[in-house]
Amino acid sequence: MQRHPGLVLSFIILVAILAAFFIFPQNFGLRNSPWRLGLDLVGGSHLIYKIDLTKVPSGDQNSVLNGLRDVIEKRVNLFGVSEPQVFLSRSADGDNLIVELAGIKDIKDAIKTIGETPLLEFKEVQGNGSSTEFITPLFTVNGAQVTLTGRHIKSAQLNFDNTTSKPEVAISFNDEGAGFFEKMTADNVGKPIAIFLDNNLIEAPVVQQKISGGQAVITGSFTLKEAKAMVERFNAGALPAPITLINQQTISATLGTNSLEKALLAGTIGTLLVMIFMVVYYRFFGVFAVAALIIYILLTLGIFKLFSVTMTLAGLAGFILTIGMAVDANILIFERIKEERKKGLAFSSSINEGFKRAWSSIRDSNISTIITAVILYFFTSSFVKGFALTLLIGVLVSMFSAITTTRLLLKAFIKDKPVSKT
Amino acid sequence: MNIIGKKTLFLSIAGILVALSIFLIFVFGFEEAIDFKGGTLWQFQIPQENPSVETVSQFLKSDIKEIGETVINYDLTHDTFLVRLRTTTEDEHQKLQTVIKTKFPSFEELSFQSIGPSIGANLRKNAVKAIIFAIIFVSLYISFAFRKVSRPITSWKYGVVTMISLLHDIVIPAGLIAVLGHYLGVEIDSNFIVALLVIMGFSVHDTIVVFDRIRENLSLDRGKTEFGTVINNSINQTMARSINTSLTLIIVLLAMFFLGPINLKYFTLTLLVGVSMGVYSSIFVASPLLLVWHNLTRK
Repeated sequence: MQRHPGLVLSFIILVAILAAFFIFPQNFGLRNSPWRLGLDLVGGSHLIYKIDLTKVPSGDQNSVLNGLRDVIEKRVNLFGVSEPQVFLSRSADGDNLIVELAGIKDIKDAIKTIGETPLLEFKEVQGNGSSTEFITPLFTVNGAQVTLTGRHIKSAQLNFDNTTSKPEVAISFNDEGAGFFEKMTADNVGKPIAIFLDNNLIEAPVVQQKISGGQAVITGSFTLKEAKAMVERFNAGALPAPITLINQQTISATLGTNSLEKALLAGTIGTLLVMIFMVVYYRFFGVFAVAALIIYILLTLGIFKLFSVTMTLAGLAGFILTIGMAVDANILIFERIKEERKKGLAFSSSINEGFKRAWSSIRDSNISTIITAVILYFFTSSFVKGFALTLLIGVLVSMFSAITTTRLLLKAFIKDKPVSKT
Repeated sequence: MNIIGKKTLFLSIAGILVALSIFLIFVFGFEEAIDFKGGTLWQFQIPQENPSVETVSQFLKSDIKEIGETVINYDLTHDTFLVRLRTTTEDEHQKLQTVIKTKFPSFEELSFQSIGPSIGANLRKNAVKAIIFAIIFVSLYISFAFRKVSRPITSWKYGVVTMISLLHDIVIPAGLIAVLGHYLGVEIDSNFIVALLVIMGFSVHDTIVVFDRIRENLSLDRGKTEFGTVINNSINQTMARSINTSLTLIIVLLAMFFLGPINLKYFTLTLLVGVSMGVYSSIFVASPLLLVWHNLTRK
């Protein structure tokens, strides 16, 4: 790097240009890969459900949670929302399920459907020529007709066959369920029984013989992963883990777009003003700071897009703030160079000294911002995490751009020829 | 500029501002947003009928009694109503919408946020933790960064002085928000906590620049000059860059305040005040405090 400043600089500029193509492909007639924008910028709903696990035995909790997530994700996918997000989050006061739906207009149906308890059903299969019919058998208990559902299942477990060590799924029914299942298997020996969760067929094992005692084992040629997913779905449909909506945030697309436009406008104007300030105050050096700032912005946006960082309003604000901070290192360096020049050092050696002596304060001050960004990331809700992340990435890239880019620019363009005035 | 000579004046100004802010926070307290206390924040427009706040307020009181107490604000610049009410279920939300739509057909919902109280309590606890951790870790880092400086005062004192100026930088904007909360209903939410943390992370930059110069001058000087003079020289040598580094951030913040999204207005204001206080504290508080401490221990 010391010997080939021009080469390294060309490389950085090349990467920045590539980043520009990557960030704004539509301006160059290329295919646009979309930004990941947060709900507060595109509109949508952010729902937090509290999962009540009090009735679930502690050993089954993880399985139930994953199964529940799986079930809710399947339901959410039915709304045709682009990239719905469903994830579990564990906080001090319990387990939460977070659902993010972007751009949905009528949230009412979504909320209603998500809140329903998963329905696990057992059905008989009747082949009718080429078509297959599923029939729910009815059992009579105390004169009332009931069906065999998830509430008759105590739990499901992943087991391994003793001899072949293939994965298998063991289901245990409660007393009532055991009776129903015994009758159902007796009627269907040699035929499959279809198991539905939320009207999705999850498995149709063939009955080998009548099963009494309420312990059923499903074997087959499935992988460990498939067997595990099946257990989770059974548990989600069987064990009662009711969810309640404790936090909802719905933002209309109008408001989201408005926020996005205003943030972009403020960011652009702010950046231009910073650039003007740098050129007016530091003249010749300021131009290099502006070039370094442009490279900084391109590289950072490129990283955000490359790693699909979700840009929320807070995240965007964090990035805009880093623009104001990114030139700080340049200011420290330029002031130091000015001082060294006053001491009578030659131009190129004053630049070297300036960088060397400004480094310790640049390092120390950026580390303090990194410390706060990391604390923010670990101590706050998901909305703030976006801010912390963009701030952190911004500070790291700005350190690089100030130290490396500006230095290379100065080295490449300044020779020890008499320069009239800076 | 003889800053050290007038240090009593500058430190008094800072002390009075901090004391006043703490007093105001104590008297007024903070208006907590629904992220902390739970509840519902509902934002909507009624562009056609354009009823007055009283009309809407009266209507909600008479037609949707069961929803309880509501507080309505009207944002003139954006023609939006902001309604605050207790935590509501989705069914109640739907009912509210239907009832209002029947009365005012052009009703359009902009945002609806309902938070249960348990989340808020948790968030509040974490916010306090985050602020305490930030103060401690930044100060510890400063003590570490200046570990090679032991004369005339030890490095951990740099850390403690940093801690004091960090508190100065966040207490003053917090006091302002408490006043705004009392008179204009400005609330503190998680963004406010974020702003305080950013202020801490950033305003320490300038302090570091001055301390760094003191560190350098001390090692060049080898104890010939008096500590007060070294500090005063260091402040003066770095003053332009202390101001300029913050000024670029202030420029960006001003753009955000005047042009940026309405939701970030008070977030930006908190930052603006905090960062400006950070400039003051790095020049007029932190370094003079070093000398005050030094003089105290020498006696």
